[in-house]
Amino acid sequence: MKSQTSGLRLYLSLVVACLRGQLQYQASFVMMALGQFLVTGLEFAAIAALFYRFGSVHGWQLRQVAFLYGVVGSGYALAEGLCRGFDQFSAIIRRGDFDRLLLRPRSTILQVAAFEVQLMRIGRFLQAAFVLAWALMHLQPDASTLIVAAAMVTGTMCTFCGLFVLQATLTFFTIETPEIVNVVTYGGVETASFPLSIYPGWLRFTFTWLVPLASTAYLPARLLFKAHGPILHILILPGCGLLFLLASILIWRFGERRYTSTGS
Amino acid sequence: MTSQIEVNNLAKSFRVAKRTSGVFGALGSIFRREYQNRVALSNVSFAIEAGELVGYIGPNGAGKSTTVKILSGILVPDSGTVRALGMCPWKQRTQYVQRIGVVFGQRTQMWWDLPVIDSFHLLRDIYSVPDAQFRRRCGELTDQMNLGAFLNTPVRQLSLGERMRCDLAAALLHSPEVLFLDEPTIGLDAVSKLALRQLVKSLNVEHGVTVILTTHDMDDIEALCSRVIVIGDGEILSDGPLTELRNSIARERWLTVELEGDQMFSPPANTTIMRREGNQVWLRYDPVITPTPLLISAIAATNNVRDLLVQEPPIEEIIAHIYQNGQP
Repeated sequence: MKSQTSGLRLYLSLVVACLRGQLQYQASFVMMALGQFLVTGLEFAAIAALFYRFGSVHGWQLRQVAFLYGVVGSGYALAEGLCRGFDQFSAIIRRGDFDRLLLRPRSTILQVAAFEVQLMRIGRFLQAAFVLAWALMHLQPDASTLIVAAAMVTGTMCTFCGLFVLQATLTFFTIETPEIVNVVTYGGVETASFPLSIYPGWLRFTFTWLVPLASTAYLPARLLFKAHGPILHILILPGCGLLFLLASILIWRFGERRYTSTGS
Repeated sequence: MTSQIEVNNLAKSFRVAKRTSGVFGALGSIFRREYQNRVALSNVSFAIEAGELVGYIGPNGAGKSTTVKILSGILVPDSGTVRALGMCPWKQRTQYVQRIGVVFGQRTQMWWDLPVIDSFHLLRDIYSVPDAQFRRRCGELTDQMNLGAFLNTPVRQLSLGERMRCDLAAALLHSPEVLFLDEPTIGLDAVSKLALRQLVKSLNVEHGVTVILTTHDMDDIEALCSRVIVIGDGEILSDGPLTELRNSIARERWLTVELEGDQMFSPPANTTIMRREGNQVWLRYDPVITPTPLLISAIAATNNVRDLLVQEPPIEEIIAHIYQNGQP
């Protein structure tokens, strides 16, 4: 029995291949990354300005909101960088590239995830990471806070990956991706960057029970700042992001079976 | 005794959304869509033995690519069974595609911006080919297909002929037992076509790879295939050796007569003049009713003949006849 190249190794070689392709256009990459950094940086500057004017929102200080913003922003940038292929999936289907992926003895999830990796997303990631680091510095973190922060970023990343997978899964049924999904993704980034308590009930419901962004960002942050709950309890919450991703993958598998039986 | 590939009673139809024209039609179709059923395959059965080189031909829209997609495991039929390499292609997709190779003439499976060799390395990882085996295989294929000169060239800079050779090599790195070629010679110049045919032939003869070839180029079929399956309107119209196909449709021969000067020419009994241009006359006849030697001596006796040429009708004629009439 031939041993299989591990999924992680394959993902990495596919990603490296994709990046090498992109680095052929170096100037373009630098400009795009810088652009992302500046645009999102400006956005945060606007938030900071408002806080200097009004002090706090629902009892949350600027540095605490910055913490949320950093977690959500870097989680989102990671997800966008690592599985952009799902975002582009309707194009992959239309060009017939998906058939080619099906002809290979590997899971389609892995291949689509590595289909297009956008290095320029590093601009947004760095910006969010800077904000997060700045927030953490002011909060004088201990080791457990750092662990929680890392878990929150990972959980948020998983949730956004799950959203991308779900968005792509819709393509199996409609070929054209409804823009409505972008409302959840982009809306999710904006919403989850602020304390959830400022929003109306239906919005809180959506991002707590349907898309678990609250569990990966707002709720653990609140426990961390306000309740100082035991770290293990806080750590369970970001795990919801992982569950959400796993559920999305199951739905993807279902969609894929349907797609191959209806054909294009 | 089971064949390497057994296809039984395949049927597949697609639901195609009817488009209504105009802005209001497009708006309306968001809420209410009408669907049309288009039958791609109605009842397709055949069996292919290991080591065969089979041509699979038919007019556009006959169901060729649907069959290839089902046989390569990326499409599930409505009904019918396929047993290939002892597996059901769409149920055991990942195991199955590990042992087949597919080349699309229209699309490359390599990475556009990367050197050819990088694509080969990625395919090594995708198919989990052990490193030693990969190096041997890659060397063999590079020699055989003469790829050495452009292994380090990005795929987008290759000519179509070079790219096809690389694509063929790429599909063979994992030593597949069955190879599907979908219009591999489309758009190639004469030299590249000949080179590609020779490669496919030697793969089949020397390595015993089963090859299933779809094409519109009848020269491909004549040069390569011992057996031809003709499909039309989702059904198999004919299946057998090329010579049989030829005989079944028409035992007809063509005779070109070149006359000395612009003289009168009256056709002998049981022959018909297809056309005449200056001093050249094209006749068609049935060699069983009018044996060729008798016909030639009859013409030579009554005309002043400079040259004679007997031909079988080109394969295109035969195929076109089948496409039009549905039956051989």
